[in-house]
Amino acid sequence: MAASITRKRRGRFRRYGPPLLLISPSVILIGIFVYGLIGSAFQTSMTSAHSAAEFTGKQPTEFVFLGNYTAWLATKEAHHALLNQLIFTAVFLGGTLSLGFLWAWLLDKRAKAEGIFRSVYLFPMAVSAVAAGVVWKWLLNPNRDAKAYGLNRLFQTLGLDFMQNSWWTKNLTWGIAAIAMPAIWQMAGYVMALFLAGFRGIPNELREAARVDGANEWKLYRHVIFPQLSPVALSAIIIIGHMSLKTFDLIMSISKHTNYQTKIPAIEMYRYMAEGDYANAAMVGVVLLLIVLVLIIPYLIHTTRAEKNR
Amino acid sequence: MSALDTGVVSHGVTESRVGQHGFPWGKALRHLLLIVFLAIVLIPVYVLLVTSFKTQTDAQPAHAWLLPNEWTLENWKKAWNGPSAAVPGVGPAMIRTFQLVIPSTIISAFLGSMNGYVLSRWRFPHANAVFTFLLFGMFIPYQAVMVPLYRLVQWLKPVTSWVDALPTVPDGIPILILLHVVYGIPITTLIFRNYYESVPQELIEAARVDGAGMLRTYASVVLPISVPSFVVVLIWQFTSAWNDFLFAKFFVANPDKSVVTIALNNLAGGSIMSDHGVEMAAALLASFPTLIIYVALGKYFLGGLMAGSVKG
Repeated sequence: MAASITRKRRGRFRRYGPPLLLISPSVILIGIFVYGLIGSAFQTSMTSAHSAAEFTGKQPTEFVFLGNYTAWLATKEAHHALLNQLIFTAVFLGGTLSLGFLWAWLLDKRAKAEGIFRSVYLFPMAVSAVAAGVVWKWLLNPNRDAKAYGLNRLFQTLGLDFMQNSWWTKNLTWGIAAIAMPAIWQMAGYVMALFLAGFRGIPNELREAARVDGANEWKLYRHVIFPQLSPVALSAIIIIGHMSLKTFDLIMSISKHTNYQTKIPAIEMYRYMAEGDYANAAMVGVVLLLIVLVLIIPYLIHTTRAEKNR
Repeated sequence: MSALDTGVVSHGVTESRVGQHGFPWGKALRHLLLIVFLAIVLIPVYVLLVTSFKTQTDAQPAHAWLLPNEWTLENWKKAWNGPSAAVPGVGPAMIRTFQLVIPSTIISAFLGSMNGYVLSRWRFPHANAVFTFLLFGMFIPYQAVMVPLYRLVQWLKPVTSWVDALPTVPDGIPILILLHVVYGIPITTLIFRNYYESVPQELIEAARVDGAGMLRTYASVVLPISVPSFVVVLIWQFTSAWNDFLFAKFFVANPDKSVVTIALNNLAGGSIMSDHGVEMAAALLASFPTLIIYVALGKYFLGGLMAGSVKG
């Protein structure tokens, strides 16, 4: 009896030992670098480690529980950063979704040289945000009239002088919206690819059936195409929203982390870190994580459920 | 992405039949719009190219959108070597970035491939739970782990400085390799697992019945059919490591020793009297490797995008 159990165990080990061994380095690394560090960030965010000496344990720190969170959320800077985030996300979402949908719609009806359009619309995504920032900083230069270059000069040349703009530099509330322009430039093609796949996934019979039933173009879209595309739109919203929360490279390369106009939580996190305020850096990082989780967990549950039902 | 690739759909037929009665206004308007958008998307490219070949006097506001009066390669040389002694160029940084990106991409690909294999075709109890556990790493914003990661990196210094001391390894690059490999695990595992799910289990069982072990089966059956996924993963990891700014900014911020994005950011953001021609040339240089991959392997690029869209 005992021998057979041992043999059984040995059999299980021979069967499952190798795959477990093969996957264990990844599990350990992710365990440490993701879960362990998130736990550690939570812990640091609840201490008073506002200097390097305190962070490295050379000076004592206190446990302040949610003190850093409540203190930060009470500041004007936090409200400003969160409002900036909201504006940026809204413009980024609006721009990518409308352009992405429009491009996909234009291409879906069998355009000539579709491949070229598709490749050009999508290519900005292959460029790093830092490189994109270099050219967009030039394009969004606030100089006007004789001193203007960038888009302001282009507007003059086109006779659209009134459109000259200080872009992100002057307007403390809406300036951040200008930073969304390069972000839209980079990501609209991606949303187009999502929508195009969505369009192409709609069975032709559905369209034909609707036409046979006498539906006009608008009704076809209203009752057939849009409902079929809504999962794609939802994915795009989640993906772009998620991306907008992590926007860092672009802002760092067009503006800088100390500029008031372009503060968002991801930038504030870096600013705290650069100032040696580790507790607040960790706190802002955790806030970002929580926002992402609120956004993404319902979506993940939704998609796994949808996959199971398929 | 199969829907896109096989996407020759026939619902355009109705429209073209209508168009036969006269000039196809709708079709012309559509193409006009497509071309206008094409031009708008290409505006930054025009600016980059034109400015990069201009002399500094030529780049004055009044000429900003015109072609160069005299074409010069000076900006490109300065961008590669550094515009002054104090500002390093992107050339040496690009070489260091290759030293970072190539090993991290290859390690990530093999790690992801083996993970994907045991999670789909050489399974063990609770393989799905382990997969979910790994996958979660994809969704976190890295800002959330940066503070403790900073401490961990300091703590690893004795090990990494030993690797740094090796003559051919630039300082700081090993730690970036480690970070790209670790945070690449979820996405690479996901891509390979999804791909292997489509491989018939019978193929693996046949090898198993023949007495082949896990690694033998992997090497002789799974690996040879993995080429498409490898291409997707290699492109994805190459692009995200090449374009990474966040990890480099936090951990190897010195532009003399760091990667191309840091050198470019330093070169373009440093002085008040900025030389736009050099900046634009540097931005183009820094973008060439990923753009070449995009042009050559665009279809696979898209495959990676679809899978990796929400990665931290």
